[in-house]
Amino acid sequence: MVNPVRSLGAYALRQVYFVGRLGMFFLYTLRGFFRPPGKFWPTVKQIQFIGTKSLAVIGFTAAFTGMVLALQGYHTLARFGAEGWLGSAVGLSLVRELGPVLSALMVTGRAGSAMAAEIGIMRIEEQIDALECMAIDPYSYLSLPRLLASLISLPLLTGFCDAVGILGGYIIGVGLLHANGGAFWSSLSSSVDWGDLRMGLIKSVCFSVLIALISVYKGFYAGVDEGAFGPEQVGRATTSAVVIASIAVLISDYVITSIML
Amino acid sequence: MSSENIIEISGLQSFYNSRQVLYDITFSIPVSRVTVIMGISGCGKTTLFRHLSGLKRTAPGQISIDGRDLGSFSEENLMAYRRRIGVLFQSGALFNSLSLAENIGMPLNVHTDLAPETIRIMTLMKLNMVGLSDFSDFMPSQLSGGMKKRAGLARALIMDPEILFVDEPSSGLDPITAAGLDRLILSLQKTGGMTIVVVTHELESAFKIADRIVVMDEGRVLAAGAPDEIKKSSNPRVQQFLSREADPYKMHMESYHQRLLGEQWRSQ
Repeated sequence: MVNPVRSLGAYALRQVYFVGRLGMFFLYTLRGFFRPPGKFWPTVKQIQFIGTKSLAVIGFTAAFTGMVLALQGYHTLARFGAEGWLGSAVGLSLVRELGPVLSALMVTGRAGSAMAAEIGIMRIEEQIDALECMAIDPYSYLSLPRLLASLISLPLLTGFCDAVGILGGYIIGVGLLHANGGAFWSSLSSSVDWGDLRMGLIKSVCFSVLIALISVYKGFYAGVDEGAFGPEQVGRATTSAVVIASIAVLISDYVITSIML
Repeated sequence: MSSENIIEISGLQSFYNSRQVLYDITFSIPVSRVTVIMGISGCGKTTLFRHLSGLKRTAPGQISIDGRDLGSFSEENLMAYRRRIGVLFQSGALFNSLSLAENIGMPLNVHTDLAPETIRIMTLMKLNMVGLSDFSDFMPSQLSGGMKKRAGLARALIMDPEILFVDEPSSGLDPITAAGLDRLILSLQKTGGMTIVVVTHELESAFKIADRIVVMDEGRVLAAGAPDEIKKSSNPRVQQFLSREADPYKMHMESYHQRLLGEQWRSQ
């Protein structure tokens, strides 16, 4: 019979081991700054993959989120005769919360899963072993360019998400629901200040580290603990990368908000 | 350490979690010779290969390289050791996002300051050696399994290693390509004096290229010596392997039932 205390203890130990190894993985990745090969072109390539190729999905998500915010917000504010504050409601929601979180979740789903799968395949096909045997630091070659690309791309994607979302809100609020356009922009510019933008930026920087680190880590160790290297391990690594990175984004969002508010 | 041996393995044991896969492995690898590690699938050959190439290091026992324990190497020493070796993995382990020329030139790009044109020429020389000079701009996905393996060999040779480790060179290859690889391995040893360690279960290939053969079974070394000594071995398991005889059917069924029923099987 399964002893529940023992199972709980084993689970706790596994989580401590995961966090410890993830921390070491982060340190090894940072150490890659001082090791060959060069990072410039691999990072540019990853920016294209993580950043440029995520523009469309983030644009769609942001536009419809802004539109629905305007739709919901207009009817609620209209009850109090405060339609003029629509720009403020849409802007603050997007810049502080929805922009960074939605961008991070979209990047996790699109690029994080692909990173975990790609590196997981490299693990099962012995390509990571081959790197080590060629005296090439796999953390420097695989992990650091993805981390740097994520750090550069996600804040920019978040800015893009905020802008498209606000534009979507404006189109629905002013174009469809006939709210006052001048009031929309003036409430937006008077409410959203540098502190809000800074909060969004800090969040997107933290999220970018979490997404890249967890996705690459999960692919890197695909099958290693089981001592079995096959497609099943890659699938499992990809799924857990997306789930863990998404949860980490939401938890850290709460923590950062509670610290900065 | 004998000066004729570049690698000496003594009392090596290896584990995957709590499962032991190598038991007290002891033998030596002579310098400038081809050593073949042979045995049935799952006998621990690839695990031993991983230990020898420094991919798996924490284990009881010792692997001495030029008299120094591989397990106690600092990271710098390990990197230096890896620059002395070339490794051909079973699948070739080419990077899918790079062309063949980029794959093969990668160690030179990372570890040397050579001009790109020089690296290109050296890469083409190695590709020519394995008969793939016309495919330098191909991607790995455009190559057959045998071509990937030959390309992997070219990459393993690009730094002109002292020791070459080759994992299952003939597996999955047609007889002509496999014979070509055997000939290439022999010429590397004869002309370049390279120390070559080949892991395989192909008898014909093993006896064609080996100066020394190590036969393994269930994580243990059964016999080690020159090919003629192995042929004359009195060990029944070695003779069974050499004569390609299947294990008795009853034994398989027993172990199958034992796995299936566990304690219940024993009590019957």
